[in-house]
Amino acid sequence: MMLKSFLKATVFAVGVSMASGAMLTPSLADMIYNRGMAAEPESLDPHKTSTVYEAHVLRDLFQGLVMQDEKANLIPGAAESWTVSDDGTVYTFKLRSNGVWSDGSPVTAEDFVYAFQRLEDPATAAEYASMLYPVVNAEEVNNGKAKPEEMGVKAIDANTFQVTLKAPTPYFLEMLTHQAAYPVSKASMDKLGADWVKPGKLVSNGAYTLAEWVPNDHIKLAKNPKFWDADTVKVDVVNYIMTEDRSSAMKRFEAGEMDSYDDLPTEQLADLKAKFGDQIRVGPYLGTYYFAIKTDKEPWNNPELRNAISMAIDRDFIAEKVWQNSMLPGYSLVPPGIEGYTPAMETFSDDSQIDREDKAKEILAKLGYGPDKPLKMEIRYNTSENHKNTAVAIQEQLKPLGIEVSMLNTDTKTHYSFLQQKGDYDVARAGWIADYKDPETFLGIARKASGNNYSNYDSKPFEEAMDKAAAAGGKPEERMKDLAAAERILMDDVGVIPILYYSYHNIVSPKLHGFDDNVMDVHPSRFISKD
Amino acid sequence: MLLYVFRRLLTAIPTLFVIVTLAFFLIRVAPGGPFNQERGLSPVIQANLEAQFGLNDPLWRQYLNYLNNLLHGSFGPSYNMPDFTVGELFAKGLPISIQIGTSALILALLLGSTLGVIAALNQNRKTDYGVIALATAGSTIPTFVIAPIIQLVFGLSWKLLPIGGWGDGALINKVGPVLTLALPQIAIVARLMRGSMIESLRSHHIRTARALGLSEWSVVVKHAVRGAILPIVSYAGPTAAALLTGSIIVETIFAIPGVGRYFVEAALNRDYTLVMGTVVMIAVFTILFNLIVDVLYAFVDPRVRYD
Amino acid sequence: MTDVAIAAPVAGRSFWGDAWARLKSNKAAMISLFYLALMAIVCVVGPYFVPHTYTTIYADYVRTAPSFSAYPKADMIESALRDAVKRMRVDVDEWHQDGDRVFVTVEASKPVDERSARYLDRSDTFHDTRIENKSDDGRKLTMSAAVKQQYFLFGTDNTGRDLLSRTLMAGRVSLAIGLLAGIVAVAIGVIYGATAGFIGGKTDEVMMRIVDVLYSLPFIFFVIMLVVFFGRNFVLMFLAVGAVLWLDMARIVRGQALSIRRQEYVQAAEALGVTRGGILVRHIVPNLLGVVVIYMTLLVPQVIILESFLSFLGLGVQEPMTSWGVLISTGAKNIGTANWLLLFPAFFLVSTLFALNFVGDGLRDALDPKDR
Repeated sequence: MMLKSFLKATVFAVGVSMASGAMLTPSLADMIYNRGMAAEPESLDPHKTSTVYEAHVLRDLFQGLVMQDEKANLIPGAAESWTVSDDGTVYTFKLRSNGVWSDGSPVTAEDFVYAFQRLEDPATAAEYASMLYPVVNAEEVNNGKAKPEEMGVKAIDANTFQVTLKAPTPYFLEMLTHQAAYPVSKASMDKLGADWVKPGKLVSNGAYTLAEWVPNDHIKLAKNPKFWDADTVKVDVVNYIMTEDRSSAMKRFEAGEMDSYDDLPTEQLADLKAKFGDQIRVGPYLGTYYFAIKTDKEPWNNPELRNAISMAIDRDFIAEKVWQNSMLPGYSLVPPGIEGYTPAMETFSDDSQIDREDKAKEILAKLGYGPDKPLKMEIRYNTSENHKNTAVAIQEQLKPLGIEVSMLNTDTKTHYSFLQQKGDYDVARAGWIADYKDPETFLGIARKASGNNYSNYDSKPFEEAMDKAAAAGGKPEERMKDLAAAERILMDDVGVIPILYYSYHNIVSPKLHGFDDNVMDVHPSRFISKD
Repeated sequence: MLLYVFRRLLTAIPTLFVIVTLAFFLIRVAPGGPFNQERGLSPVIQANLEAQFGLNDPLWRQYLNYLNNLLHGSFGPSYNMPDFTVGELFAKGLPISIQIGTSALILALLLGSTLGVIAALNQNRKTDYGVIALATAGSTIPTFVIAPIIQLVFGLSWKLLPIGGWGDGALINKVGPVLTLALPQIAIVARLMRGSMIESLRSHHIRTARALGLSEWSVVVKHAVRGAILPIVSYAGPTAAALLTGSIIVETIFAIPGVGRYFVEAALNRDYTLVMGTVVMIAVFTILFNLIVDVLYAFVDPRVRYD
Repeated sequence: MTDVAIAAPVAGRSFWGDAWARLKSNKAAMISLFYLALMAIVCVVGPYFVPHTYTTIYADYVRTAPSFSAYPKADMIESALRDAVKRMRVDVDEWHQDGDRVFVTVEASKPVDERSARYLDRSDTFHDTRIENKSDDGRKLTMSAAVKQQYFLFGTDNTGRDLLSRTLMAGRVSLAIGLLAGIVAVAIGVIYGATAGFIGGKTDEVMMRIVDVLYSLPFIFFVIMLVVFFGRNFVLMFLAVGAVLWLDMARIVRGQALSIRRQEYVQAAEALGVTRGGILVRHIVPNLLGVVVIYMTLLVPQVIILESFLSFLGLGVQEPMTSWGVLISTGAKNIGTANWLLLFPAFFLVSTLFALNFVGDGLRDALDPKDR
């Protein structure tokens, strides 16, 4: 009896405290795309972004001079046409006459001048300021050594925007597809101050406007009726739904709460493929997963030893079993997929694994390592199930060679700050994703001056080869050959140990159309429709 | 009593001050900063970022700036989500965590206590074993196991609940998270209550009450429970603070936009201002609930006096 | 003289002797105690009896289900064979199984390197590879290999390691951490809380405010720093964990002490002139033990879960070492697709904690001084 009244009280109290909020009732006529995302965008200010999650949302909100279509091909954006001077340093863009901001004001060349200057302004502290460094004086402005007005950007008239580069840069247009090169509305920033990025207030010139942003829950984009191509945009509402837990996301997809999701728990891939079949999309992505190895520390400063270690790693096993074929074995720093470029592979990439291991054993014996004098190696990696499994697999693979591997797992910030401050380590896991479709974005990290040169690789022939390639900017084919030659030097030297090539992992409902697979994993919502 | 409460609130201020100071310096000792990531930044860009957030000032000046802002009611912008201030992030997330936490707490206290009392009254009989078994199971199975099971069974198989999301506060979206949070707490409260109830039932004044011929109901509810409730009250204090500030596991698995995730994420991201915000919040909640608990002690057990 | 049987000398029963006698009579508690001892022995000694180590990776058996019968199953032999042969970069002409040996004939456009027979040996499915026959031009090779029988009673994990040996090794870690961290937390918590509650007044307030301060400090940072300064250390784990959990214990103990302090027997002791320390040790602490013991048995699961949470963040036990918490958190992510990854470690953990709870209850019953 007492129990009953207690229970009633419980139910009542719980019910009262829970009953709040109304159910969402979407308008039935709208086409709504529930787009799952694995992480939260950090900022929707295009000049303050740093991750790919922001890129997806910003691509829907804004239009840069040039954009990418659903196949990641370059298409005109805010600029309807452009010309390049003969020496390749002056780009003149003709902006669309019907390009307007969501508040009705026209998109002018002044907007782009302002945006480019703002990106380099030290006060903005843009993380991707380097994206426009090819522009005259851009780096100097970012350094504080020049004034923003001195940058090589000019508004010839309201509809004509001109950019002057330091040297011919064949991949400049690709770089302009990056969100750091998007325009912003100076008028709205002057009026609203720091609030200009808030939902409902953000002025954008792309296919959508920012309707809602509940941090860690969802971002809601609504179709922008003023967009110059609004007639072709079919999805009315895009809900970016943030779900960090991959397993949970799979369940949400299965329950129909999401129409697509941009990551997969790869250790379950075999089971997922069995359950979801074609809805699973896995394919090559421009990124490399590699081990940095301290090239200036004993005993790793011996290229033969580095080569031995690299040979002994069974990449097929790691790709097939650890990553369940969601990644591909990698033998070069630059992944395949860039037109006109053939990556330089490791010397042993054609040998069978048995041969490689025999050779590796020989080298180790020659250098004096054996069961009584084992080689000790520490692998550092940042926390993640797959990084852990990869390191564990490699530890087992190196054991029969007499290499004793210990592992050190730290959280991501600790890991990278340690690497960036050139702490003391042997081997560390790292990855590099292309910012734009060109080998230079990869090879650049092996240069002595690069902050991302975790191997401390310092090779005069490599630097010379890279300089030669930079000088050949006006001749794309020759430049590609020079870059390949540079990569050849790097691979022969084993400046880094490539392990895998990245791939994208998406799961896409068959109701969606226009979500085409491409090597940059770019899927603008304006080209998507849903049954 | 009022004087006591007043005195406690007064001592809360220096306590908060100590907490803020310790936390401020503690978090800056950890390696790494808000801007270290896979893609290393050039020294120029890093310098620009640090200048923007004042991180290149000497530490003592940063500390004083922070205190100054705090006194004016501002926690500063979040380093990793600069579009929002810490205050805004909390304003959006805290009500959500509180809703879920309160429901879970009430469920745990009421249901758990009831079960504990029932078990104690039937000590060493089947009911008792049943409650113990359930309680043990509930307190030993971690939340990160319960949550996916609820998603699988109630969500996918029986299609009764959504898998995740806040759904703008819809009732049905709260069931999963509340259940997951409450289950281990029900178990713990039940066990605590049972144990302390058994002791209470054996105490002298209960024997006296029975000898005096008071009804069983009166004996149990008015006297035994009152004596037994102390450990529950002690436990409820910090538990309330923890539940109301959200659980990272529940919020991650059910994709609930509460503040629980900030406790871990902000620390892992070295988002200094957000971490400080979480520290202050936990401190305020802890102090508040401990005060409530201490006041309740005096009501529950008249022998406890604060003098 | 009267024939009076000389009474046996009356031996006084001490508090602890009494308690032990009562505990012995509690069947559930004794069974649980026995179970815990058994679990400890199994985890410490067991790994030496399991034919697998906890680190060996079986490439052919990634994520395989548990089974009482031997692996490979009949349908797995062909795919394992083809996998191995694929690495040799040759084509399979034909293969057949004869008893426990498999015969395969391969062919290539160039003479086949005999060393590549080692690929068959490297496969976890085969061993004792022999070259049976080789054609004159060397392009055709017949090999035979014995099928290696393995047992994976608990299945294997996502990397291909035997789950049974990993579960046992994990047990060592979890039991050790649970026990040590629990003891540390209880010791500090009881002394601190009892003192605060007993002395009361200003001292109590200050001590409790210190607890508040420590409670509010961000735990994750504290752990990150312990890791930075003290490196990877097993001891570190329970230091960090114990350092957090004593706070709750202190709080609860203090609450109890506050009320016990007002009991008649305490006042009587004070009146008799017993020192504060004496009262603390002889009266307060034994009367707290009931609640403390109960809470301690609730503490150990929290310890194990907290430890797994830290490992999940990369701040705990280092690979390849593992703990039940880590195994369970991995298993939870794989519910629906590989349930054994969760079920086995969870069973070990839950049953151990069940046993702990019964022992705890028994201890509480045995130590309850009011029953004397």
